[in-house]
Amino acid sequence: MTAATAVGLAVAWPLFAVVLIIAFQRWPNLRETGTLLTGGSLFAIVAGVILPEVQAGGRPRFDVWEVLPGLDLAFEVEPLGMLFGLVASGLWIVTTFYSIGYMRGHHEKNQTRFYICFAIAISGALGVAFAANVFTLFVFYELITLSTYPLVTHAGTEKARNAGRMYLGILMGTSIAFLLFALVWTWLATGTTDFRPGGILAGKVEGPQLMILLALYAFGTGKAALMPFHRWLPAAMVAPTPVSALLHAVAVVKAGVFTILKVVVYVFGIDLLAATDASRWLTWVAAFTIIAASCVALGKDNLKARLAYSTISQLSYIVLGAALATTAGVIGGGMHIVMHAVGKITLFFCAGAIMVGAHKTEVSELDGLGRRMPFTFGAFLLGSLSVIGLPPMGGSWSKWFLMLGAAEAGQWVMMVVLMASSLLSIGYLMPVVVRGFFRSAPVDDGHGDHAGSGIHEAPLLCVLPPVATALGGIVLFFYAEDIWQLLMGMVP
Amino acid sequence: MIEGIWTLIGDDLPALQIAVPLLAATLCILVRRPMAAWSVAMVVAWSSFANAGVLLHRVLTTGTISYAEGGWPVPWGIELRIDLLNALVLLVVTGICAIVLLAAPRSIKAEIPRDKQYLFYATYLLCMTGLAGMTITGDAFNIFVFLEISSLSSYALISQGSTRRALTSAIQYLVMGTIGGTFILLGIGMLYMVTGTLNIVDLADQLALVGPNRTVLVAAACIAVGVGIKLAVFPLHIWLPNAYTYAPAIVTAFIAATSTKVAYYVLIRFAYSIFRINLTFDGTQPSAILMMLGIAAMFLGSLVAIFQDDIKRMLAYSSVAQIGYMVLGLSFANEYGLTGGLVHVFNHAVMKCGLFLVLACVLLRMRSTRLSAFEGLGRRMPLTFAAFVLGGLSLVGVPLTVGFVSKWYLVLGALEAGLWPVAVLILMSSILALVYIWRVVEVGYFKAPPEGADEITEAPVSMLLPTWILIGSTLVFGVWTSLSAGVASAAARMLIGGGS
Repeated sequence: MTAATAVGLAVAWPLFAVVLIIAFQRWPNLRETGTLLTGGSLFAIVAGVILPEVQAGGRPRFDVWEVLPGLDLAFEVEPLGMLFGLVASGLWIVTTFYSIGYMRGHHEKNQTRFYICFAIAISGALGVAFAANVFTLFVFYELITLSTYPLVTHAGTEKARNAGRMYLGILMGTSIAFLLFALVWTWLATGTTDFRPGGILAGKVEGPQLMILLALYAFGTGKAALMPFHRWLPAAMVAPTPVSALLHAVAVVKAGVFTILKVVVYVFGIDLLAATDASRWLTWVAAFTIIAASCVALGKDNLKARLAYSTISQLSYIVLGAALATTAGVIGGGMHIVMHAVGKITLFFCAGAIMVGAHKTEVSELDGLGRRMPFTFGAFLLGSLSVIGLPPMGGSWSKWFLMLGAAEAGQWVMMVVLMASSLLSIGYLMPVVVRGFFRSAPVDDGHGDHAGSGIHEAPLLCVLPPVATALGGIVLFFYAEDIWQLLMGMVP
Repeated sequence: MIEGIWTLIGDDLPALQIAVPLLAATLCILVRRPMAAWSVAMVVAWSSFANAGVLLHRVLTTGTISYAEGGWPVPWGIELRIDLLNALVLLVVTGICAIVLLAAPRSIKAEIPRDKQYLFYATYLLCMTGLAGMTITGDAFNIFVFLEISSLSSYALISQGSTRRALTSAIQYLVMGTIGGTFILLGIGMLYMVTGTLNIVDLADQLALVGPNRTVLVAAACIAVGVGIKLAVFPLHIWLPNAYTYAPAIVTAFIAATSTKVAYYVLIRFAYSIFRINLTFDGTQPSAILMMLGIAAMFLGSLVAIFQDDIKRMLAYSSVAQIGYMVLGLSFANEYGLTGGLVHVFNHAVMKCGLFLVLACVLLRMRSTRLSAFEGLGRRMPLTFAAFVLGGLSLVGVPLTVGFVSKWYLVLGALEAGLWPVAVLILMSSILALVYIWRVVEVGYFKAPPEGADEITEAPVSMLLPTWILIGSTLVFGVWTSLSAGVASAAARMLIGGGS
């Protein structure tokens, strides 16, 4: 199999899972085996066939169809997309294991629909990752929105429906009003929407128009949760936890920031932005989002809501990296896609495990729980360290490069913002661990059967995945150089 | 033998497009039995569709077809003239006629008494005759004649609705339509007075010699108002919501996808081929007026749609908004904008017809198209409802559906004309479409059907099939655009280039 075919295959591959899931819907074990096999083979294709080619400097390309003149559906893998594709397909496997434990432990209904929509969303994420032009990216961006809508509204309650309304309203609204506008504008100005090294806009769009176009892209990508278009993300937390974990810490939101990063590098070109200063305003919006969302997170008692606001804050790290328009900035941003994904998915997994194992959702209820669920809380500690950006976790590297990028751009304020944000994240993440391990459990927690000492974890499939991803965070600390090597390929 | 028939009728295909349905309509009255009449109509409609395909192919390969009726040479005789522009419209009209007919027997069984059904098919074919005639005739006066044929038959079709409101709606449409027809006749009369000819090509040439004078301007105004009523341009749309809501479901699907489309074609024909836009539509004023009306239609139509309880009425207002898009495309007076308007004729016909057929399915099973009829429909009629969701997404303009193709060209047209605020408005109004569609989707998937509701089965295959043909087409033509957008942009290039 050539790498080019593999690219086309990888995007379609999760759809095979859909076929398997429908075929085996009456036998849940077989059904989930189908998802796992597809996930495993998908990762093999992405990591085994496409990655070596990209590492060797190749840009495997797969053309599908020309929809309108100059508007192709096509895929081409470059380092940034490679990285995002690896993250999405790799974490899909882990999340599937986790979903089995969670969905069954929680006795959720409509599991077949759940797994189908999940697989389609992964296909969408890979389509975004490998898109060769803005149009293809836009198509798969919308596919992600539509396929995750049934996941967000999975519970079917009034609350879920309202959340779904906000989800679809903001994500689709911004994408139609701004992103599509930017797409048409780009096409009209340049006659193409291809991602090309060094960008395509130089000499075609100038002056304040450049700033407006950037704003259309940045705010049009609602999935990046840049304030003021961030409200959908906390609302979407009504979804089952595996959805929050993979989609709202990895696939959906990362598709958003990935879009911004990719557009900045391959449509605008960082040289153009650096020369014109057109992205300076975006650093301020990102900085505001980083600090404001962290402050909101401090005040949230619901664990998933707190993590959601933390995600909003962390996503803007990546937007900031892009907006700095320096080599270190975009590399830091790209790296943060991986590091934050691994860290945040751990935290969400833990939140779900706590929900399944101890039926607790609020931070204030977690006193003493760490002694009953040591693995879950241990993983939460490691995940927190990664999000905060401390060694020995991978998150420290991306933060390092972002700092470097800010210094390179001469934006000292942004360095302060990044440091302040680290402090704030200690403030909202550490209390969870501290309460769990160091406070004593309340005498009567209302659940007689849960009282007493001894280890009482959630089902094994709910605990192993967060432990695995937490350890993965440590591994990434030592292998950051490989990621750096890969990402260096995107800046000429 | 086929060879023999071909040599016999091969050159007369344009005339057959009008003559065959006209004769078949009388045949329907003679045979009387509903299924027999349906069979006649089916054979005629599908062969017309095939015929339209052949004609489009000929136009694409050999250029404009001119057919002199009765052998009288142009411009003295009456000409049938088929170029890229009307070949595409003809394909849409006959295609919709043919596909909708598939669903007709089951749908009208519930709405029209058995002893009147043959009349329904006869009127249906007459309406098709009128629409096809308006589309392909090369004679301005004949446009009026065929307009009246199609209008009178559509009043009759609408009045077949099962409620008494159908009658008042038909009367309302009749009054408005007659006023519109009168204006058109007045306008054509004035043009004849000035130029002494009725042939469209000849008219254009003569008008170019005459130059803009007051009579021509008044003629243009009369025709614009007259066609505007048939096209249901805001604020001349008031007949449309009632007519669409109270007509039999099948008639709504048919008329919504054809009648306004042909009226739009006539408007373009007059604006670009006869008046050559730079003659009377010069400066910015007429196109500015159309632009205002188009934008108003886009927003008011969509906003009113959001608050409708009857989904059929909601889609009717949505049509008002979609017509606004087409008019807007026309008003940009550039190639992209006109392509957008024309391709939207094709695209909107496909998706709106599909959506109205969905409503026909819902009406058949639930005996209502109110929002409450959609409760739990996602589980009770999954295929029907899935069709609604897809058609709705297409209406919003999600990529890889036909709606996206239209929107792409319209936004390009707006930006090309330097009107970026209008581009913003086009996109904003798509979000309104998302609101009114999703309101129904939520009810369908999240509301449980009322306690003790009857068991509902999925719609019959004979209705699901045409519905899914059309909804499937919204996806196919959203990806494969060389037929719709390809022909539309070639036609737009021809019109902007000043050809006829």
